[in-house]
Amino acid sequence: MSDRAATLDTITGLIEPFNKKGVALTEATTFAGDLEWDSLTVMDFVAAVEDEFDIVITMNMQADIETVGQLADAVEKLKTA
Amino acid sequence: MTEAAATAHAPSDSPETVAPERDLFSKFDPLIAEREALLATGVRDPFAIVMDKVTSPTQAVIRGKDTILLGTYNYMGMTFDPDVIEAGKKAFDDFGSGTTGSRVLNGTYDPHKDCEAALREFYGTDHAMVFSTGYQANLGIISTLAGKGEYIILDADSHASIYDGCSLGNAEIVRFRHNSVEDLDRRLGRLPKEPGKLVVLEGVYSMLGDIAPLPEMVAVAKKHGAMVLVDEAHGMGFFGPNGRGVYEEQGVEKDVDFVVGTFSKSVGTVGGFCVSNHPKFDVMRLVCRPYVFTASLPPSVVATAATSIRKLMHAGEKRAHLWRNSKRLHGGLKDLGFKLGTDTPQSAIIAVILEDQTQAVAMWQALLEGGLYVNMARPPATPAGTFLLRCSLCAEHSAEQVETILGMFEAAGKAVGVI
Repeated sequence: MSDRAATLDTITGLIEPFNKKGVALTEATTFAGDLEWDSLTVMDFVAAVEDEFDIVITMNMQADIETVGQLADAVEKLKTA
Repeated sequence: MTEAAATAHAPSDSPETVAPERDLFSKFDPLIAEREALLATGVRDPFAIVMDKVTSPTQAVIRGKDTILLGTYNYMGMTFDPDVIEAGKKAFDDFGSGTTGSRVLNGTYDPHKDCEAALREFYGTDHAMVFSTGYQANLGIISTLAGKGEYIILDADSHASIYDGCSLGNAEIVRFRHNSVEDLDRRLGRLPKEPGKLVVLEGVYSMLGDIAPLPEMVAVAKKHGAMVLVDEAHGMGFFGPNGRGVYEEQGVEKDVDFVVGTFSKSVGTVGGFCVSNHPKFDVMRLVCRPYVFTASLPPSVVATAATSIRKLMHAGEKRAHLWRNSKRLHGGLKDLGFKLGTDTPQSAIIAVILEDQTQAVAMWQALLEGGLYVNMARPPATPAGTFLLRCSLCAEHSAEQVETILGMFEAAGKAVGVI
């Protein structure tokens, strides 16, 4: 499994406890639209992702991340930074 | 308005002619619908209360009914203090109704400088800077202190003015879990060492009334080389031997770089400020846009603030009474079976947590009809999506009033089925 595929896999796992509606996840799934997360859920989820990968995703970066795939890309970039 | 007049004045892009996708108000439709549905049930609008008369810091007349005020943040009851009122009247006579200008142009009068002197005396700091509101103080200080490439690290439950200060500036913004020292430490540890960092904390968090573990948080911030700002909006007047705030009570004065506060709570008027010992602090007067590009406070307001602040330095008795009130109300509500925001009384704010909007509004209205005003708060202002009734006590509430308040809560709680 490539690094990115492993990252995507981990992110998918982290989404599950917050995926109250059981939405089927793809790279194109959006956090606000498809998962219908409010800002508080986003905060908790981002903290979980940060702690899992030992990174910081600033609020400035979060503003540009809308989909699961974009999050995987961002995490990959931050891991190697 | 008659039909003809309405037509004559209607702009060409009246709502009827604008396509919904181009109507800038369409995005508010869900909120408008939610409010209309709520008000259609016949409840009064919790966000449209009018005080017909205010007879003391703790009493008002609302729709003809004498009402006890328990949601004003008027912690020290200074709004009707005779010395404060007198100072305002004198400033009206001596300096007129307003400055019509920025602090850096024609808007600094002697009372503005005196108000800043009062703040320096109160806080024992070298510098004090007065803003037109507390909101603007946070907006200005936070957006200006941390620039591009620098970092602001803030508590997730921070007040809107702190978030908006972050939005106005160009710094990188990092949030940590509410009041979690470990979470703050981890996030600071992951950031690059070189850039400047500002950790923003609050002494009292105003929604649930809980206080911050400042010694631990400030120590972590210093370990990572960050400067520390503490917002003492809800701590000033009440906490610490001199009433400076939670940071004084917890003994971290030496390590806090900036304290932001407001005149609209314990001080009893309107305005905001920042105090600091940083030797270069005064440059903020030139570079801080929410300070420069707005009119200064009316002289009457800063004169009342200065008088109030100086009296608050010697208000030990009032602080003790406010603590007694807060402890009694917290314990009494808990004994009645209400779910509260904190297990123990931590501040003069006591939050009663309700199940949902319907229950919160029903309880709020039952209290109002019984003669008690409290704040209703809802998401997104509240943490974790809660609906709550927020009570804030005043040093001028008598012990008898607190017992009356508990009786009102018991009656309303039973009527609505909360307890």
